[in-house]
Amino acid sequence: MQTTRNSGKAGRIRKPRDFHQISKGWNIAFNLIAGLFALACVFPFVFVVIISLTDESVLASEGYRLIPSQWSLDAYRYIFESGDTLLRAYGVTIAVTVIGTIVSLIMISLYAYAVSRKGFRYRRFFSIFAILTMLFNGGMIPTYMIVAQLLGLKNSIWALILPLAMNAFYVMILRTFYSTSVPDALVESGKIDGAGEFRIFLKIIVPLSLPGLATIGLFSTLGYWNDWFNALLYIDNPNLVPLQSMLMRIESSMQFIQQNSANANISMAALQSLPQDTARMAMVVLATLPIIFAYPFFQRYFVQGLTIGAVKE
Amino acid sequence: MGNFFKNINRNKALLFMVLPGTIWFFFFSYLPLAGTIVAFKEYRFSRDGFWASIFRSEWVGWDNFKFLFSTDDAFTITRNTLLYNLAFIILGLIFSVLLAIILSELVNRKLSKIYQTGMFLPYFLSWVIVGYFVFSFLSMDRGLLNQILGWFGMDPIQWYSEAKYWPYILIIVNLWKSIGYSSVVYLAAILGIDKSLYEAAMIDGASKWQQIRGITIPMLTPIMTIMTLLAVGKIFYADFGLFYQVPRDSGTLYAVTNVIDTYVYRGLMTTGEIGMSAAAGLYQSIVGFVLVIISNYVVRRVDKDSALF
Repeated sequence: MQTTRNSGKAGRIRKPRDFHQISKGWNIAFNLIAGLFALACVFPFVFVVIISLTDESVLASEGYRLIPSQWSLDAYRYIFESGDTLLRAYGVTIAVTVIGTIVSLIMISLYAYAVSRKGFRYRRFFSIFAILTMLFNGGMIPTYMIVAQLLGLKNSIWALILPLAMNAFYVMILRTFYSTSVPDALVESGKIDGAGEFRIFLKIIVPLSLPGLATIGLFSTLGYWNDWFNALLYIDNPNLVPLQSMLMRIESSMQFIQQNSANANISMAALQSLPQDTARMAMVVLATLPIIFAYPFFQRYFVQGLTIGAVKE
Repeated sequence: MGNFFKNINRNKALLFMVLPGTIWFFFFSYLPLAGTIVAFKEYRFSRDGFWASIFRSEWVGWDNFKFLFSTDDAFTITRNTLLYNLAFIILGLIFSVLLAIILSELVNRKLSKIYQTGMFLPYFLSWVIVGYFVFSFLSMDRGLLNQILGWFGMDPIQWYSEAKYWPYILIIVNLWKSIGYSSVVYLAAILGIDKSLYEAAMIDGASKWQQIRGITIPMLTPIMTIMTLLAVGKIFYADFGLFYQVPRDSGTLYAVTNVIDTYVYRGLMTTGEIGMSAAAGLYQSIVGFVLVIISNYVVRRVDKDSALF
């Protein structure tokens, strides 16, 4: 069997597992396939960045181009000059994401801790109480009625926070994580030393399960940042519209920018010269950038989260 | 009874810890279940709140269901939901396992990591953003795809009003968004395979292909089975964002983009047919519940540890 002898750096001392290598030709083919797919995954974002940097005047004639004939920062300038709508949406999203992540981490980690404690008399009941919620789903309409009517959360920021706050699946992942990363004996010794459950939780469990908590925290941060569905259902007040939902609303009405620009008495001529298309794409870029920056963390913990879920009691 | 209170008292710290979550589950999971009775009512919104709305609405028995199943909608949304999910499950499985094997076999580990980083990106983006991405390709007058068609002298296509292309578009977009993530799951499983199995195969003179066929794939079969069964359990639930955001809620595409979830949403927010869409929602919940139970039962038979319960 033919094996390739060089992996990356020339002259490196070969590890034994490299004898399992595929042939050179296949290696090139595999690199092409994986590389092209990876490129396809990143390309649309790059493309949208390019569109946002295109001069609006050339868009009409040449469309979205990979290399536009004229570049421009007008879209971004426009957004920062006229866009307290965008800033407010950013603010709503950040507030919802921060509060939501904290609230959900507290709720999930406490619940998971209680059902992980062998001495908890109602452990089985509350485990089943949580697991059952993964099996059925009342559906959109009853949920809508409860959130909007019974809890009266329509047009409240809590309508963006509470529906995503708890998750039985994360409870189970974290419960498993606690039981694998914190030895029972440690908890027992805490008990013997006279520590209460909250003290044990804060002083023993939390420090030892930080990777697990970080994973769950990132899952929920991402969930809140990307959420538009709850805003679609519960938010009409333009001051409470989060970023993703604002992008959606712009999409459904191209005229959104004009209607909401701080300057209400712009002339028709000025309206026509607004950088509509590029500005929308610029907003997409601005909504995505934080995720791109946080990406290294996300990737690390998400892969870790996958393996956490795999280890069961 | 005295014992009961003694137990409560003894466990009060832990009970206090589950309290917030329990309240949440009650309001957001259990109460909506009770709320599904609106599927049997002619729902009338009452200003006096939730309970008044429910109790003052008149019972209509199975009428909502009769109306629902007498329309073409019931068939369309069920067909769309099932067929799309089936395509996603089958194609997603094939492509993500292939990709995982490819990633695991790459000679240059560093490149493999870079590819993974790229592939993982779509998973982190919301459907709203993906909707914009797709628009930059499919826009009638400015999109990249119509420009490319132009290079070959072909007429531009009105993508957002031509239903026949959308099954392919939706499948491609969904695979694009999900494959990177699922292939990393499979890759983690491949990297977890005992290396000595390959050593032994090498000694026996097995080629790389024989190793993949004889070791990698059989070792992946359990996790493939489980991921697939769990997906089958959810086959009655569609990804609302994909079917609502990506086609930009275009009415001419409904025949191929309307799924149970979007149907229920439109009944609630736009057409106002609350009874009928609540019926569709309950239909989804019940079939979905049965499927989850069955698939979990099968998962349990395959691998006890991977079952949900």
